[in-house]
Amino acid sequence: MKPAPFEYVVARSVEETLAGLAEHADDVKVLAGGQSLIPAMNFRLAQPAVLVDVNGVDELDFVRVEGGELRIGAVTRQRTVERSEEVRRLAPLLHEAIPSIAHPQIRNRGTVGGSLVHADPSAELPSVMVALGARMRIRGPAGERWVAADDFFVGLLETAVGSDELLLEVAVPEAAAGAGHAFLELQRRHGDYAMAGVAAAVALDGSGRCAGARIALLSVGDGPVLAAGAAGVLTGETPSAELFAAAARAAAHDDIDPPGDIQASAPYRRHLVEVLVRRALTLAFQRADASGARA
Amino acid sequence: MADSLIGQGIRRVEDPVLLTGRGLFVDDVHRPGMLHAHFLRSDFAHGIIGSIDASAARAHPGVVAVYTADDLGDYWAKGPLLVPPPPIEGLVFNEATAGPLARGKVRHVGEPLAMVIAESRYVAEDAAAHIVVDVEPLPAVVDIERSLDPEAPLIHEELGTNLAARVGQSKGDYAAAAGGAHLVVKRRFTYDRGVSGAMENRGIVADWDPVSEKLTVWDTTQAPIPIRNGLARLLGLMESQVRVVAPFIGGGFGPKIMMFYPEEVLVPWIAMKLGRPVKWIEDRQESFFSTTQERGQVHEAELAVDAEGRILGVRDVFIHDTGAYDPYGLTVPINAQCTLLGPYEVPSYESEFTVVFTNKTTVTPVRGAGRQHGVFVMERLLDFAAAELGIDRVEIRRRNYVPAGSFPFNHKVLFQDFADLVYDSGDYLPALDRAVEMIGYEDFVKGGQAAARAEGRHLGMGVVSYVEGTGIGPYEGARVTVEPSGIVRVATGVGTQGQGHFTTFAQLVGDVLGVGVDRIRVTTGDTGEFNWGTGTFASRGIVVAGNACWEAARMVRAKVLALASKRWGVAESELELVDGSVRVAGDPGRSMELGRLAVEANPLRGAVTPGMEPGLEATAYFGPASGATASGVHAMIVEVDPDTAMVEILKYVVVHDCGEVVNPVIVEGQIHGGVAHGIGNAFYEQLVYDDDGQLLNASFMDYLIPTATDVPSIETAHVVTPSPLNPLGVKGVGEAGSIPTGAAFAQAVQDALGSGAPDVCEIPLSPNRLWEIMEVAARSGARPGHAEGGAS
Amino acid sequence: MIVSVNINGVDRSADVEPRLLLSDFIRHHVELTGTHVGCEHGVCGACTVLVDGRAVRSCLMFAVQADSCEVTTVEGLAGEGGEADLHPLQEAFREKHGLQCGFCTPGMLMTLVPFLEENPSPTEREVREAISGNLCRCTGYENIVRAVMHRVEQGLTGEARAHG
Ligand SMILES: Cc1cc2nc3c(=O)[nH]c(=O)nc-3n(C[C@H](O)[C@H](O)[C@H](O)COP(=O)(O)OP(=O)(O)OC[C@H]3O[C@@H](n4cnc5c(N)ncnc54)[C@H](O)[C@@H]3O)c2cc1C
Ligand code: FES
Ligand code: FES
Repeated sequence: MKPAPFEYVVARSVEETLAGLAEHADDVKVLAGGQSLIPAMNFRLAQPAVLVDVNGVDELDFVRVEGGELRIGAVTRQRTVERSEEVRRLAPLLHEAIPSIAHPQIRNRGTVGGSLVHADPSAELPSVMVALGARMRIRGPAGERWVAADDFFVGLLETAVGSDELLLEVAVPEAAAGAGHAFLELQRRHGDYAMAGVAAAVALDGSGRCAGARIALLSVGDGPVLAAGAAGVLTGETPSAELFAAAARAAAHDDIDPPGDIQASAPYRRHLVEVLVRRALTLAFQRADASGARA
Repeated sequence: MADSLIGQGIRRVEDPVLLTGRGLFVDDVHRPGMLHAHFLRSDFAHGIIGSIDASAARAHPGVVAVYTADDLGDYWAKGPLLVPPPPIEGLVFNEATAGPLARGKVRHVGEPLAMVIAESRYVAEDAAAHIVVDVEPLPAVVDIERSLDPEAPLIHEELGTNLAARVGQSKGDYAAAAGGAHLVVKRRFTYDRGVSGAMENRGIVADWDPVSEKLTVWDTTQAPIPIRNGLARLLGLMESQVRVVAPFIGGGFGPKIMMFYPEEVLVPWIAMKLGRPVKWIEDRQESFFSTTQERGQVHEAELAVDAEGRILGVRDVFIHDTGAYDPYGLTVPINAQCTLLGPYEVPSYESEFTVVFTNKTTVTPVRGAGRQHGVFVMERLLDFAAAELGIDRVEIRRRNYVPAGSFPFNHKVLFQDFADLVYDSGDYLPALDRAVEMIGYEDFVKGGQAAARAEGRHLGMGVVSYVEGTGIGPYEGARVTVEPSGIVRVATGVGTQGQGHFTTFAQLVGDVLGVGVDRIRVTTGDTGEFNWGTGTFASRGIVVAGNACWEAARMVRAKVLALASKRWGVAESELELVDGSVRVAGDPGRSMELGRLAVEANPLRGAVTPGMEPGLEATAYFGPASGATASGVHAMIVEVDPDTAMVEILKYVVVHDCGEVVNPVIVEGQIHGGVAHGIGNAFYEQLVYDDDGQLLNASFMDYLIPTATDVPSIETAHVVTPSPLNPLGVKGVGEAGSIPTGAAFAQAVQDALGSGAPDVCEIPLSPNRLWEIMEVAARSGARPGHAEGGAS
Repeated sequence: MIVSVNINGVDRSADVEPRLLLSDFIRHHVELTGTHVGCEHGVCGACTVLVDGRAVRSCLMFAVQADSCEVTTVEGLAGEGGEADLHPLQEAFREKHGLQCGFCTPGMLMTLVPFLEENPSPTEREVREAISGNLCRCTGYENIVRAVMHRVEQGLTGEARAHG
């Protein structure tokens, strides 16, 4: 289990990275935390000819608040986000989800950008970003653009980021008053990729009705799956156990077509989604209530 | 005399070196000019090898050599049958062992096809990718119940069948017992495959010195002496020319005793041929294909009982999957067959097993070695019988135990050591009572469970018993030497994989010689240090090698006493050995350090008269007539989340009888590890093969070894019935923890599911599988977790 | 490529291929073999070392990525006196029989040392979570957890004596 040879390029800036990607266009990969890429290389499942190492691109290592958004640089370590006070305050859903990613040793290396671009359907961050309605800034030879999370994840391990492009940062809107959130997942063992999971961001209006909900599911599709049907059931309604159950049913039966694998069959996944969505909504609306939408 | 060292939980002497990262493991061996081996392995489970073209690989920069089966010439030979079948009447056994590199056919994924030798492992792996292998795939035999179908492809054509063995054993008249029984419970049980999962993979380094004409081999083996002997034979060397060192081993659990693995045959040979040291270290991925595995049985079993739940007889017909080859004979299925009887009086027993070949990795003993399968079947049958009779599950066990006064107790079936299955000693009730008390059985069944249920929590309890034959022969030896410095050297042939032998052997020797363990140096697993022995398996290290150490120490002690009594002209009975010295009791003036006495025992100084052996040294061997019987009770409480089928183990207790205990802390540690392994087997670990014989979870990402958050805190207690078969009265403990865990887990989960749930008759379970079982219950109208425990 | 790494206070440099894993560099180039390798895909944790004070999997880093970094391995935990001068956590492992074969032990220690620095009085549950990325097949984790709790009860979390 030793990686195949490759050429190694160290980038110190976004410019250098893009130059490196352009130069070796045919078979090059960005090396961020390496926590997904290096295992794949050790198994020789991935054999890129060139790696452009972005660990030294300090300009992409940040967590800051700007224009009502929380902005996180792509090369920021997951561990940094986990410990960030701003994240805890402004994006509690993200804060809640991060410890479910693997183990501290892996979060010490793994980056936010790496997780998003790798886009594993069982990964936590993609679903969290979808639930939060985040947007991503991408730069490539053709310039820069912002892409909404909903459009960022395009297929199995596939995103809007082209092979000659770099994800620069992700911007998360600040949680509004009356917002509630919950992240729940079921793993075989602590730190494993989940058999199923849910990231829910909900909001109450002044009359105590659901003003909107974004529920993103992990491990049930090619990437994060936005449970639009479930959100439709909730919006405009007064929260109740029955409502949550109905929304959970919609999520499990209308919104997803889950795959089966050795840890969880498709029917079991569907069942877990129903349970988890129900539990997550209960918790999220409790929190929304507590955060004082009516005040 | 100082306090006895035996029975004390003293700290391990081997720990400082391990804790500071200075312990030598095989992959830590670096030799000048060392080359690296890598094996190209079959991607197919079953197929005919057309051609293998290694020319591009040979031309790859940094490659020194590439070998296929054809390049091995006369050196290619099938491996030995390690354990011939026992003399059971009517037994059928078909032998099939593997050659070092596949020739003609491949029979499982991962079977080695070619060996690449290069300047680095990285380069060897690069070059292997350039070997062009032409294999014509054949349909694979995967499902063990279909292996003998007429249309199943033959794995070994020359045998004309996929049958590896068929063995029947019986005693009493089961048919009559069943005919007269109040109740016969009948179930089908499955127990699937797993890996041993030692954290250190296998590895070997071989270094041939042409000047001294000596071969040194560092090997992660549990059996260095047999490897030395075998290599000498294969390579045409004298045994004295080969030194096999099993240094620190990062866990063994059985498969590291398999002899010979292809890599063990090839790496020393190639090192001699090329005149350069060669290293091969198995990586985790290949370990999933090439290190032997365990489990894979399907039982159709029935238990006949009278109205009081007394066992009248058991009938069990099972299939055992040996994988592509059967070098280990029948050890695993015979263990299952015999261990099924457990601590119970079973007047009639009819057991027949069929061993089949499949296109999967070869099966050999792994921690428990088939015992857990037998225990699972018997314990579950008792649970079902108790439920149907309305008898408490603890009570039904109590009623059937072999009574305390009846040892030695002969079950009258043949065990893996070819002798009758005789329990040397035991006393089962006290262990059961203790476990029941520790787990809080009374409170649980009389209300605790129901109260939790009222709060919506689904708790279940499992309480099971087991017996484990341990410490079988043939023999081990040890040499004890007092050096002039006063350091006592102990050499024994067994390898060690973390069981604390350095410490327990030092305790035994130190106790006899009155020397602290810090002044004792134990060497294990180095054939340069000790010449005779068999290996660490079947929980035998402490029993067999421990007794040899103790006996050798007693012989040295006798020498010390004889010399000192002569020197001072006092009776031996007036002498004592304390703090590294021999002295006349109550006379501080007449005391001598053992090191000085050792110097005096050297004939140059005239203290040894003709007829006496020089030096303070002795060698002793020990080979017990038969195995010592350990036993115990495990109990656990689980909580099942009825919505998700996730299971948490809330409490786990073990009451264990491993005879006299040399070091209780070490024994306890062995039990903890076994329980964790058993929990893995019960709920996390399963090798999943598809219909083509491809293993779907050949990584630690997908094959789930339990972590610290999956294994509960484990409470242990001991009861002691000394084994009469060895002077120390000890029994083995290495496998005990893992044997009954699956049975206890299944009972506890069943109990949590409550009445109406389908029977839990399989291991491993998983949340997914459990959910399916609960779905059946839900559809049949029963609600999981109904407070009347289904198995109680 | 030339890589220079300060390992346990000593500067080490070598000319290596970019693909050389940090674990192999430490074990086979620098010959500090206390860091073990059990899977090379990031799951077992045996290869855990500190890079600039943070615990990471050395099998999931290339040696060239550690250029100019400070690396602490298990060999850097004990004091000058080596085996006679164990780090308090090493002592606790010894005291509570927190190791059997010793293969997972270096990774356990290198995971726990920074954990305890950050969280000097963890609960048992937190300790179990902290080591949930480190597999052990021998101990059932029980005595590892006991060792850590023993250490915690002593109230001295002790940082690595040599470095990090
Ligand atoms: C044992 C183990 C368990 C794990 N468990 C989980 C888990 O439970 N949940 C989970 O979410 N993850 C898990 N991971 C993966 C981990 O979170 C990774 O850190 C993450 O998926 C990838 O981030 P990285 O920074 O390591 O990226 P890398 O591995 O370096 O890169 C991943 C991919 O993204 C590309 N890439 C990286 N950054 C950029 C960028 N800025 N722009 C463009 N392309 C980029 C790379 O080229 C590569 O293709 C686990 C990993 C391991 C080893
Ligand atoms: S060897 Fe690095 S995590 Fe297993
Ligand atoms: S002590 Fe052997 S793996 Fe942990």
